Amino acid sequence: MAYKTDYARVRGLGSAHEGVGHWWTQRLTSIALIVLTPLFVIPFGRALGNGHEALVATYSSWGHGFVAAAFLLVGAVHLMHGLQVVIEDYVPNHSLRTALLVANTLFGWTLGAAGVLGVATLLFSA
Amino acid sequence: MADVNRGNRPLSPHLQIYRLPMTARLSILFRITGVGMTLGALLVTWRLIAGAVSPEASATADAVLTSGLGNLVMLGSLWALMFHACNGVRHLVWDAGFGFDLATAEKSNMIVVGASVVLTLLVVLIIR
Repeated sequence: MAYKTDYARVRGLGSAHEGVGHWWTQRLTSIALIVLTPLFVIPFGRALGNGHEALVATYSSWGHGFVAAAFLLVGAVHLMHGLQVVIEDYVPNHSLRTALLVANTLFGWTLGAAGVLGVATLLFSA
Repeated sequence: MADVNRGNRPLSPHLQIYRLPMTARLSILFRITGVGMTLGALLVTWRLIAGAVSPEASATADAVLTSGLGNLVMLGSLWALMFHACNGVRHLVWDAGFGFDLATAEKSNMIVVGASVVLTLLVVLIIR
């Protein structure tokens, strides 16, 4: 670290000037998803193919509703962070890259919000 | 002559003929499954939103997701999710500083692939 200025070391943002926020969020959401994935996939899969009544029966429960909302929101944030890295790796054109990164962020939060809204509506209208 | 022994010298690998090691293949597959699950995420969210909109929209989404093609996409998404989760756990272990040498990574390749198949079958058995 002898080659770093004191200022750069104290800021701690590294060569990308962004710090570890993106990396750390990706890790934290992945740990949450290890727990949430089976808790979401099994009830969702059980209701799948059994019509509207089975879906309502599953998601009229607070437990399933909460797990589903958490899974969909955390999953959307994790997906958005992952797609961001893929765009940054494979799209060298600056304008196109910026446009895709903006679209990706809007897509990620919209997907998460839509999932939470769907689950909340199922819970409160039951 | 400079190239008397030409036939016996090793050739540098070329991208088009180089056989990628399993570690590299799984690394690429980790990315492909991550990006591919965008489709699964859209379908699952559609199924829930449709359920919130009306019973008719709900029935349509349920029918599409459990049609022949729908079942195939959902099964593929489930395996992608299981593989991405298993390899993701391996990445977390690597991040923590364990198992990053080549011999261990080649063993954990098989564990990741095997576990992803077993977990997929397990979930299918539980939900059917």
